[in-house]
Amino acid sequence: MGLNRQTLAGLIVIACLMAVPFAAPLLGGNYVVTLATRVVILAIAASSLDLLLGRGGLVSFGHAAYFGLGGYVVGIAGFHLANDVPIFGWAGSNEALVVWPLAMLVSGFAALIIGALSLRTAGVYFIMITLAFAQMIYFVFVALKYYGGDDGLSLSARNLFAGERVTNPATFYWISLGALGLCLLVQWRLVASRFGMALRGAASSERRMAALGFSVYGYRLAAFVIAGMMAGLAGALWANLNRFVSPDMMGWVRSGQFMVMVIMGGVSSLFGPIIGAAAFLLIEIALSGRTEHWQVIFGPFVLLVALFAPRGIWGLIRAKGEP
Amino acid sequence: MTAALTLTGLTKSFGALRATDNVTLSVEANERHAIIGPNGAGKSTLIGQITGEIRPDAGRIAFFGADITGWSVPKRALAGLGRSFQITQLCADFSALDNVALAVQAQQGHSWRFLRAAQSDASLRAPAMEALARVGLAARAQTRVDALSHGERRQLELAAALAMNPRLLVLDEPMAGMGPQESERMIGILQALRGKVTMLLVEHDMDAVFALADRISVLVNGALLTTGDPAAVRSDPAVRAAYLGGEA
Repeated sequence: MGLNRQTLAGLIVIACLMAVPFAAPLLGGNYVVTLATRVVILAIAASSLDLLLGRGGLVSFGHAAYFGLGGYVVGIAGFHLANDVPIFGWAGSNEALVVWPLAMLVSGFAALIIGALSLRTAGVYFIMITLAFAQMIYFVFVALKYYGGDDGLSLSARNLFAGERVTNPATFYWISLGALGLCLLVQWRLVASRFGMALRGAASSERRMAALGFSVYGYRLAAFVIAGMMAGLAGALWANLNRFVSPDMMGWVRSGQFMVMVIMGGVSSLFGPIIGAAAFLLIEIALSGRTEHWQVIFGPFVLLVALFAPRGIWGLIRAKGEP
Repeated sequence: MTAALTLTGLTKSFGALRATDNVTLSVEANERHAIIGPNGAGKSTLIGQITGEIRPDAGRIAFFGADITGWSVPKRALAGLGRSFQITQLCADFSALDNVALAVQAQQGHSWRFLRAAQSDASLRAPAMEALARVGLAARAQTRVDALSHGERRQLELAAALAMNPRLLVLDEPMAGMGPQESERMIGILQALRGKVTMLLVEHDMDAVFALADRISVLVNGALLTTGDPAAVRSDPAVRAAYLGGEA
């Protein structure tokens, strides 16, 4: 296999991500590192959504729910530790290696329940039911005054990582980038596996798959749980980055943003969601500096991408004849 | 010997329309059985009930002695009921080989394998290549389905069904939309399967039906008019009146 344009572009993306902490002093210091961290974390969430949206053909409009739940696990565990109030007999925790896997478990469990119910529907009903579940969780957290309700919950400090404090933005960036790398590695293997073939086949033609003997429900549900767990990890990182969680993390606007990132970056690709997350944030910064109504410009832009680059920005980086 | 497929009193209505009207019919093992009938005779509805996409209102379907009336489509497929679709149903963004490999993968049981690459798995590739070769598509293995010609897609449908090692092959108009040359080629491929696979064939192309079938059932207005060998069906005055007309 030769080095095609997409492989080359992928290597460039990886190189750029690795170069950020080294180039930051020349570009504006911590601001750039923090911005890059936001890109990386949102890329994890977006790429987990792509497993459903792109590979699985499942338009889940409630993906922010798992992102938000992951964030709230960090927030709540820290809240109980800081206030010295045990939760269900547990003192809470401030250790990333405890709290982050817990965030993934909680988000994965939520995805299991929501997926089990919503995957019984299809088409528009599926979109609506995933949205409805996410909004339900959103309003539960708005109503939870104990954890700040609408105002959210501040973290007194970032999680310790294996007992070490993570105060240096570059260190936190490396941790986030490592998480993204792991998630992409898992997705890369997954997509090419038998499981991935079954998932993608079902997206392509459900009737064909049934006629071959596949019961696709279980594979789709598994994809739902895996995607939910990855989004939960992203949420845990996001909570740490901002030292703050609020219901906005799981609102439908956030879900919509994840979808825009995936579609703009390019569905069914490893690097598309990274490009999408980066493009989304950069455009937001560039436009919101000029006008408060930046979405008036952003909206048509997304529309243009959808119309003229159906495989997103990533899809444009492709030589003629390449699949 | 148990019949491969036995339909008993199969009935399905859509509103006032009786699409399948008390059909009783059996397909013997290793037989090549054709179902013919004018447009609207209920052939597609009958196929849908056999493959499990449509639930009958009444009646039973037995597959090698087992009552499969309530079984889902995938369960029937895994029990050995392979099919091709009248309107091609393939994974368009997959290569020809991947489409057939999926059939092999389904046959090998569950797909809960997350890490090993399926596309380099010889236990999937080898049988898939063999099935492609049987329909004459080996040279097109790596071509994406959306780049295949109509005729090639019909062949690929057959290859995927063959890769399932079916005990019964249900072919829904395999010659649909094919030119004379492509049809002839497909007939040749199907003829080579004689004695190896039990076949239930729905087809409009009369030349193909008479060339391929051991027995023919004629369906008119959802009901079975007659079943018999090609010569008997061809000379049956009721069949001629209902369907064949001047064509035979």
